[in-house]
Amino acid sequence: MKTARDTWYMVVRQARNLMREPIWIVMMVIQPMVWLILYGQLFKNVTRLGGFGTGSYITFLAPAIVIMNGFFGATWSGMAMINDLEHKVIERFLATPASRVSLVLSQIVRSAITAGLQGIIILIVSIALGVSIRTGALGWIVIVLTGMLVNSAFAGISQAIALLTRREATMIAVANFIGLPLLFLSTTMIARAQMPHWMQETARFNPVDWGVRAAREVVLPGTAWSTVGWYLLFLLLLTVLTTAWATWAFRAYQRTL
Amino acid sequence: METIVVDGLRKAYGEVQALDGVSFEVREGEVFGLLGPNGAGKSTTVRVLVTLTSPDTGAAFVGGHDVRTHQAAVRRTIGYVPQDSGVDQFGTGRENLMLQGRVQDMAGRDLRNRVEELLGLVGIADAADRIVRTYSGGMRRRLDIALGLVHRPKVLFLDEPTTGLDPEARVAMWEEVSRLARAESLTILLTTHYLEEADQLADRLAIVSQGRVAVEGTPTALKAGLRGDAVHVEVADDRLDAARGVLATVGAPPETTIGERTLVARVDHGGTALPHILSALDAAGIPVESVAVSRPSLDDVYLHFTGRDFQAEDRAA
Repeated sequence: MKTARDTWYMVVRQARNLMREPIWIVMMVIQPMVWLILYGQLFKNVTRLGGFGTGSYITFLAPAIVIMNGFFGATWSGMAMINDLEHKVIERFLATPASRVSLVLSQIVRSAITAGLQGIIILIVSIALGVSIRTGALGWIVIVLTGMLVNSAFAGISQAIALLTRREATMIAVANFIGLPLLFLSTTMIARAQMPHWMQETARFNPVDWGVRAAREVVLPGTAWSTVGWYLLFLLLLTVLTTAWATWAFRAYQRTL
Repeated sequence: METIVVDGLRKAYGEVQALDGVSFEVREGEVFGLLGPNGAGKSTTVRVLVTLTSPDTGAAFVGGHDVRTHQAAVRRTIGYVPQDSGVDQFGTGRENLMLQGRVQDMAGRDLRNRVEELLGLVGIADAADRIVRTYSGGMRRRLDIALGLVHRPKVLFLDEPTTGLDPEARVAMWEEVSRLARAESLTILLTTHYLEEADQLADRLAIVSQGRVAVEGTPTALKAGLRGDAVHVEVADDRLDAARGVLATVGAPPETTIGERTLVARVDHGGTALPHILSALDAAGIPVESVAVSRPSLDDVYLHFTGRDFQAEDRAA
C-alpha cells in the first residue's frame, strides 16, 4: 500500500518535471509521427514483395511503430534515474521512510505511461493516414497496452544498467548498441517472409518482435486472439523479470553508499 | 538523556578506513558539532546515523533506536539535510516540501499547513512556487533545511550546512539554525570544516581526525584547555629586537613574529600579564603602536590535539 502510494507520488513528480519542458512535449508528440510518416513513405512499395498480409504498408507499419516507439523510449528511461542519482535526490529519499521499491518502480511506470500516451497519438495519426483498426476499441487497447509492456520490459533493463553503472555515457552506449539491432531483428518494418532465414529464427527470441506481432495481429485480417494472448503473457513475464532485476540493482546501489 | 549514542563505529571503503572507531554522545536539545577537515569521516558518520549506509562494526542509536536494526523508526525520528542538497531542481519549493511530507506519511490539511509554516519559518515563502533551479545558493540551503523539518523530527542532521555559501549568507544561516533549534526544540548534529562555524553554533563539539574523535567538549572548554592567551604587541620596526628582550624579562617571551613589527607571546592570563608588559616596554622607552589579547582559537585546539595543521589538512583532502 505504502509502495503503491509512494510510487504514485514519485510518478507525479517525474511527470510534472517533464511537463515543464516544452521541448520534451513537442519531441514526445512529433517524433513518433516522424517515424510513421518517414518510414511509411520510404517503404511504401515494399508490400509488392508479398507476405505482408495487406497491400497498405502504413496499415502494416502503424501498430509496429507504437511498439518501436515504446522500445526506444525505454532504452533511454535510465537517464532520469542517473539524473536523480547525480543530484542525490535518491539519497535524500533513502533517509526517509519512502518505499525503496517505489523509487525504481516509479521510473518504469512513468516510462510506460509516456509510451502509452505516445501510442495513442500514433494511432490517431494513423487513422488520419487511412489505417483502420478492424478490431475496434479492443484493438486499440491491445496495441497501446503492448507498447506499454514492451516499454516496461526494457525500462527495467535500462533502470538496472543506470543503477549499476551510474554513468550517462554507458547508458547512451547501451541504448545505441541494442536499439537498432533489435529493431532490424524484428518484423517492425518488413514481413517475416522477406527476412533471411537466420533473422526469422533470431526474431523469435526478440521481445520487440513479440510486441510487434501482438499489435499487428489486431490490425491485419484474420486476428488470432490466442497469439495475442501468448505474446502479451511473454511480455508480462519479461517485465516482471526485468523489474525484479532493476530492484535488485537498486539494492546493489544502496550497498555502495 | 542522550539522543544520539555512537559507539566505536568503524567503516572501510576499500582500502580507506573512513571511520576508525568513532564514539561520542549527543544530549537531548543540544547543538553538537562534528568538526574536522575534509575527509576526516564526519559525513560518513552522519550517513551511518541517518541509515544511508551501515557500519562494518560498532553501534549507534538515534532517539533510542538502533540504526542497524530499526531503520524505519530512525527515519521517522530524524531530519537529514545532506551536503549535496538532493532537492528536485525541476520542482518548486512547495512541491518538494509536499512530496517530502507525503513520503513521511503526512497528508491533507496538516501537511499543507506545515509546508506553509516552514516556508515562512525559513523565509522562502515568496519563492515557494518558483522552480528550485532559479533559487540562489542561500535560498536553496534554506529549502534543504525545511525539507529536513517537514515531518517535525526530533533530531536534525546538518551535513556541512554552509559549504558553498558566501560569508554573508553563512552568517545568516547560523542565525537561522540557532533560531530553528529553539523554535522546533531540536537536537542538532552538524558537521563542519569551518572552525568559526563550530565555535558559533555548537554547544559541544567533537574534533574528528582520521576517522576518530580526537577530543570532545564545549568550544570554550576546549580552548581553555590550551591554557593561555596570545598577546600581540606591535612596536616601531627598528625597536623589534629590543622589545623581544624586554618581553622575555617579564615572563612573556615571544614565540613568533608577524611581519616586521608584531611580536606574539603566549601567557597564562592575558589580562594579568598585559600591564606588566606595557609598563616594562614604557620603562625601556619603546613606544607601543598597538596591543591585542586573544583567547586561543579552535585552530590552536586542532593543532594541539591532533598535532596537525587544520588549514593544511583541509586543503590537502
